[in-house]
Amino acid sequence: MAEEILKVENMHKYYGKKHVLHDINFSVSEGEVVTLLGPSGSGKSTLIRTLNGLEDYQEGAIFFQGTKINPDEKHWQQLRQKIGMVFQSYDLFPNLKVIDNILLGPTKVQGRNKEEVESEAHQLLAQVGLEEFANAYPRQLSGGQKQRVAIVRALALHPEFMLFDEVTASLDPEMVRGVLEIIENLAKNDNMTMIVVTHEMNFAQQIADRVLFLEDGNILEQTPADQFFTDPQTDRAKEFLDSMDF
Amino acid sequence: MSWPIIQQSLPMFAKGFELTLWLSFIGILGSIIVGIVVSMVRLFKIPVLHQLASIYVEVSRNTPLLIQLFFLYYAFPVIGIKLGAELSGIIGLIFLGGSYMAEGFSGGFNGVPKSQVESGKAIGLSRFQLARFVIFPQGFSKSVPALAANIIFLIKETSIFTVIAIPELTNTALDLIGMYYRSNEYLFVLVVAYAIILIPLSVILTYLEKRVRYGTFGN
Repeated sequence: MAEEILKVENMHKYYGKKHVLHDINFSVSEGEVVTLLGPSGSGKSTLIRTLNGLEDYQEGAIFFQGTKINPDEKHWQQLRQKIGMVFQSYDLFPNLKVIDNILLGPTKVQGRNKEEVESEAHQLLAQVGLEEFANAYPRQLSGGQKQRVAIVRALALHPEFMLFDEVTASLDPEMVRGVLEIIENLAKNDNMTMIVVTHEMNFAQQIADRVLFLEDGNILEQTPADQFFTDPQTDRAKEFLDSMDF
Repeated sequence: MSWPIIQQSLPMFAKGFELTLWLSFIGILGSIIVGIVVSMVRLFKIPVLHQLASIYVEVSRNTPLLIQLFFLYYAFPVIGIKLGAELSGIIGLIFLGGSYMAEGFSGGFNGVPKSQVESGKAIGLSRFQLARFVIFPQGFSKSVPALAANIIFLIKETSIFTVIAIPELTNTALDLIGMYYRSNEYLFVLVVAYAIILIPLSVILTYLEKRVRYGTFGN
């Protein structure tokens, strides 16, 4: 049994009086790929954001590598070097060149040697087919290229765990493939542990070891992926998969 | 209009011109410094100072410069602080301009999208690193239009210095009118003098705005 890297226990989140996450319990083992699926507004994004300290929670606990996370900004700041995150809107820093976007974390946050990180950054860029864009500014890139850079920027910190929040949702259809391939490679070849929120069912099926299906802030089921897509446990998930037309 | 009268007045206007420029320069520089400090105090929500900064901005923005100058020049000596006219003027201008600049910079900082801040946090940046590498570079370029408007505004506000008898441009004109009863000529020179300062400056600032506008990184 692989080592447990992340565990969420009895987590509740409220926006004021609105109860948005209900008693969330799950864990992720090293090398495992978990996808969060569910209809819009089911709380997938909110949940994944709590795992990087971008959203707070009112009850329950998150454990990372066996240690309970103390939910204050200082502690999160440390942890974020180990928990990488990529967003729907890429959010490269428009004032920095591609290479400087990538170097910022490793050099300023981790204090690593600039030359060493730089050659690594060029390698990573080459892997995603963007070597020649190192000195470009983000606005000179297409959406798909930006998203690939955003993934490289997160990987340059050597995270142990990656969160992908609908990373293809604002891309043109023909850009989606390239980004998904990178994530797939990361899962299959580098054995990266990850949680992926996505609306791409084919992709989810290809990549996921396990599916958490959410609705209205509840985890309705946690099912191994091969079973989820052929024989989901709940009617709601069945309905959801039918509606996804895949 | 009589040209000889205009000609004769030019040396006096030249002195006023110089003083207006000098007072504006010091006032604007001071305002920018105060504005940066106040907007940073607000950005980092530094306790106590943060509340003080808000009080300062409200008081400064919601009282006329005229009244601020009266306070500095006429009321402060009553409590034993004698500043003199020029110093009162400069302090008054910085007191006023500081809050306008602070609002301008804060507007720029707040205009940096939340998602930029989050992606900065996601790579582990501390609050100060986030400010240094993400919020300042983007926020400052967003606040250039406000900065430009404030610079022009503050130069024009120096005309109010006349009420505490600082011999800048407006004061010079009013003095000459009082002495020689020729308002057409002196007011004409006054308008031209302000235009000589403000029109080129306005052109330069507009150019600068275009150059640094947010989103043009990489052009």
